[in-house]
Amino acid sequence: MAPSFDTLTEQDLHEEEEEEIDFSDLKEQFEVKLEEGLDTFVVIDGLPVVPEESRQKLIRFLLRKLNAAGHTSEDAVFMPVSEKNMTEGFAFVEYETPEQAVAAVKQLHGTPLDKKHTLAVNKLMDIDRYGREGRIDEEYKPPMIEPFKEKEHLRSWLGDANARDQFALYRGDKVGVFWNNKNNPPENVVDRAHWTQLFVQWSPKGTFLASVHPQGIQLWGGAAFSKLKQFPHPFVQLVEFSPAEKYLTTWSSRPIQVEEGGPAVLSYEEDGKNIIVWDIVTGKPLRSFVSHDLAAGPSEAGVEPKKKVQWPAFKWSADEKYVARMQQGQSISIYELPRMNLLDKTSIKVDGVMDFEWSPATVAREGVKQYEQLLCFWTPEIGSNPARVALMSVPSKEIVRTRNLFNVSDVKLHWQSQGTYVCVKVDRHSKSKKSMATNLEIFRIKEKGVPVEVVDSLKDTVINFAWEPNGGRFVLITTGEAASGAAVAPKTSVSFFAPEKKGGSAGNFKLIRTVDKKNSNAIYWSPKGRFVVVATVHSQTSFDMDFWDMDFEGEKPEGEKDLAANLQLMKTAEHYGVTDVDWDPTGRYVVSSASVWTHSMENGWNLHTFSGQTLAENPTEKFKQFIWRPRPATLLSKEEQKQVRKNLREYSKEFDEEDKYAVDIANTAVVEKRQRVLSEWVAWIRREKEYLVEDKDTYGFPENADDPKLARDAPPASENQGDAVVEEIVEEIIEENEEVIG
Amino acid sequence: MRPILLSGHERSLNQIKFNSDGDLLFSVSKDKVVCAWWSANGERLGTYNGHQGAIWTVDVSPNTILLATGSADNTVRLWNVKTGECVKVWDFPTAVKRVEFNPEGTQLLAVTEKRMGFLGTITVLDINYDNNFENQAEEPSLRITCDESKATVAGWSYLSKYIIAGHEDGSVSQYDAKTGDLEKNVQAHEFDLQINDIQFSPDRTYFITASKDKSAKLISARDLSVLKTYVADTPLNSAVITPKKDYVILGGGQAAMDVTTTSARQGKFEARFYHKIFEDEIGRVRGHFGPLNTVGVHPSGTAYASGGEDGYVRVHHFDKSYFDFMYEVEREQMRK
Repeated sequence: MAPSFDTLTEQDLHEEEEEEIDFSDLKEQFEVKLEEGLDTFVVIDGLPVVPEESRQKLIRFLLRKLNAAGHTSEDAVFMPVSEKNMTEGFAFVEYETPEQAVAAVKQLHGTPLDKKHTLAVNKLMDIDRYGREGRIDEEYKPPMIEPFKEKEHLRSWLGDANARDQFALYRGDKVGVFWNNKNNPPENVVDRAHWTQLFVQWSPKGTFLASVHPQGIQLWGGAAFSKLKQFPHPFVQLVEFSPAEKYLTTWSSRPIQVEEGGPAVLSYEEDGKNIIVWDIVTGKPLRSFVSHDLAAGPSEAGVEPKKKVQWPAFKWSADEKYVARMQQGQSISIYELPRMNLLDKTSIKVDGVMDFEWSPATVAREGVKQYEQLLCFWTPEIGSNPARVALMSVPSKEIVRTRNLFNVSDVKLHWQSQGTYVCVKVDRHSKSKKSMATNLEIFRIKEKGVPVEVVDSLKDTVINFAWEPNGGRFVLITTGEAASGAAVAPKTSVSFFAPEKKGGSAGNFKLIRTVDKKNSNAIYWSPKGRFVVVATVHSQTSFDMDFWDMDFEGEKPEGEKDLAANLQLMKTAEHYGVTDVDWDPTGRYVVSSASVWTHSMENGWNLHTFSGQTLAENPTEKFKQFIWRPRPATLLSKEEQKQVRKNLREYSKEFDEEDKYAVDIANTAVVEKRQRVLSEWVAWIRREKEYLVEDKDTYGFPENADDPKLARDAPPASENQGDAVVEEIVEEIIEENEEVIG
Repeated sequence: MRPILLSGHERSLNQIKFNSDGDLLFSVSKDKVVCAWWSANGERLGTYNGHQGAIWTVDVSPNTILLATGSADNTVRLWNVKTGECVKVWDFPTAVKRVEFNPEGTQLLAVTEKRMGFLGTITVLDINYDNNFENQAEEPSLRITCDESKATVAGWSYLSKYIIAGHEDGSVSQYDAKTGDLEKNVQAHEFDLQINDIQFSPDRTYFITASKDKSAKLISARDLSVLKTYVADTPLNSAVITPKKDYVILGGGQAAMDVTTTSARQGKFEARFYHKIFEDEIGRVRGHFGPLNTVGVHPSGTAYASGGEDGYVRVHHFDKSYFDFMYEVEREQMRK
């Protein structure tokens, strides 16, 4: 099976039989009309029926509308009159060019003329083509409803007896899905050549695997990864799922050109657009948009700076009820799902808005009863107004908290995964704009009045920041100023922060420790929290990964007694040329990979445990992408999870036994295989020797012509003569050596 | 295992060969000189001078009396091992890529390059030991022309029954050594990735091929059936079967022309040891700083040598642990 996009539809699978296919019906349908000149004509239906006297008046009235789409004149409108001296309710119009005619159909079809009349505009050619006699059956035939077909279970992979995780691997032209088997080689599920053109992507809960083709997006799923849905967006480059996998956003740098005979789901609505929001279940576009580019940096030396693509262009609220996008510097538009209509029919004007983020979870603020989703945005200093970070409640659009900031160069918004905190990382410059510093302003969303805590200003620039998932701790990386002209990047420092222990609630954030003189530039938290990998990626010279434990079960330094953390470096692993680090969704394994997309040296992926022990190295030629299949949220309640954690020791005993058993089985299999291979080899050698003796007879060689040679080669035979021979030879040579030197 | 470094060549090595007693080692390189070494201590015994071009190949007769070399100067030369005299020069229209004596030492095969309108050939020359080696036949006794894909390497099977050749297109052929008829052709390696080396087992009933397709294969000389496959992660230039222990040694590394474009750590310039029967990699020996062009093994299996693009020959005498290493199943087999 070569699942290129073209061969995905059923009828296309039979392309081989091309010669036997009767094309006459298709030919008829798509026949190219050579009689030219009629392309400029459109037919307008739905006009009022008026007496002949008022005909000219109607035509003139109509012309005003018609000229909006192209050029035409009074003479070019032909409105026939019936025997009763009344118009027929339709007219023929000739435009100057066929393009104008097409534009008229696009713009005017379905528009109201007045309260009672709605225009129906069609190309004359189309009416001729589709309305020709015999084309339409006189009798209505209900369309065939396909019989229901049972689909594969989309979440079957979660039922694996050993709770293994799956991952997708893209290397060369092939994409495969595999089971992770710890230190044993992964078990293949499917492996297909040319499965995707650009990359593959899992949906956020792991149900779908998306492949990207020039013709659009294809979703795959189920136990056998059969095709599920197609989203025909020509030349699509980026794709994003909504958090609960109901919707899909696709983007292409090329505006869509809707052509006749193209994918049926795209209508003229989509013409000229870059972004489509799709409904995954129906496979239909909900709405399409032209993308807003981000303002690029200041143009340098007359070179027009490249426009940056804003991606994700649309940001989803946690419950998928809203999706928003920003026109940088001007406004935020919030759309309501599932209709995709603009909330309150208007965009929210926010002067100078630079960035916004939804809360990643639905948060209940203290003292707030009604439903709300929270959104955080910031605006820079404009004139004498200070920069501002604000928290907006949706759907009320009320600003529930703001904070003014001064001397701001840049702001980054980091939500904690449960929406408990939002950390606003403020890069500030001194008045002279010469030195930089970073402030962390942490909004405590769930506390009364949303208090803001300012973490002591850091003198260096923060280049990376990450919250612990479902926790209250964070890691950040700072760097000094790059020495001008230096080839090496400046050293970085990694700082760990944790809240103070203070009764039930979390106290102020305090620095646990700072590790200096590192090259690290990336932070990867375990999806379950507690463990974090701090790595140096995309670097030519260093490629270390530090595995940290935030709740080390050992002695705690006296000075950190009050902190809700006990930091410990577990291990440092190295992976030459590492470009990506990925945690599996359960937080048990970490994969570091070096992709050919970044460099072509020693591509491949390595599997580590959460504690940094390397389980397997998989150098892979033309390795491109490794992605773990995400899992949906657990169905166990908090109490049940606690119970599991309590009884972990008992469970792990079981698992240890299982593991041991599996190892035993595997070892026996290996030994058996080796025994078989060895006896096969011995038998082959023996047979070969018999043949050789026969051949020697026929050639007339004495039977023991080169016996000494044979003895050396055939171990089973020579070994019978005893091992004393082996040792003797070795010793003799050593002695000989000494004599020569002496 | 401390290697002995033989630094007598000025350019990259092309082939090394132990004599049948294993006390001598012959090496040829692009610098036009043949060197003979004592394998035990790496002392140079002497050189054979006379070639006008890079020397591609060398072989020594089973009785260590004559030495044959093939060169880019389009000649095969026959040397008196003891005196270093050149006793015979055969001229060919193109370069000679491989020479090999038959097991009896009575015939010599030469593989010639395809170039300038000449097809690649495998030519068999009769060798005469009488009268101070002066009675060498001028004309070859057999000429096999490879009109499909040129032969890159060739050797003699058991009893000189067949000539086995490896081709540029990755296939292996079996020719009748008397008539020159093509008996069999098998696409043993990936198509269009050439076979760089063929070396035989001591009894010449099977042989190992090393190919650019990053694998080496153990093949039966009788029916060309592939017995074992050894997969490496780099193109292979040479492979050899070790006597005494059931191992094979593979040598290779990134092609010389690609080396400068990648980092040193990626070169993979190591000799790789695989278990001959189980096909597992057992170990690697580092040392060269260029790809390994040729590996050779002592006929009694106590030492091996490798020659690299870096111009060095490294001779390794095996330690005790090498001889002691054994799989559990092998040990069981021994006890029986």
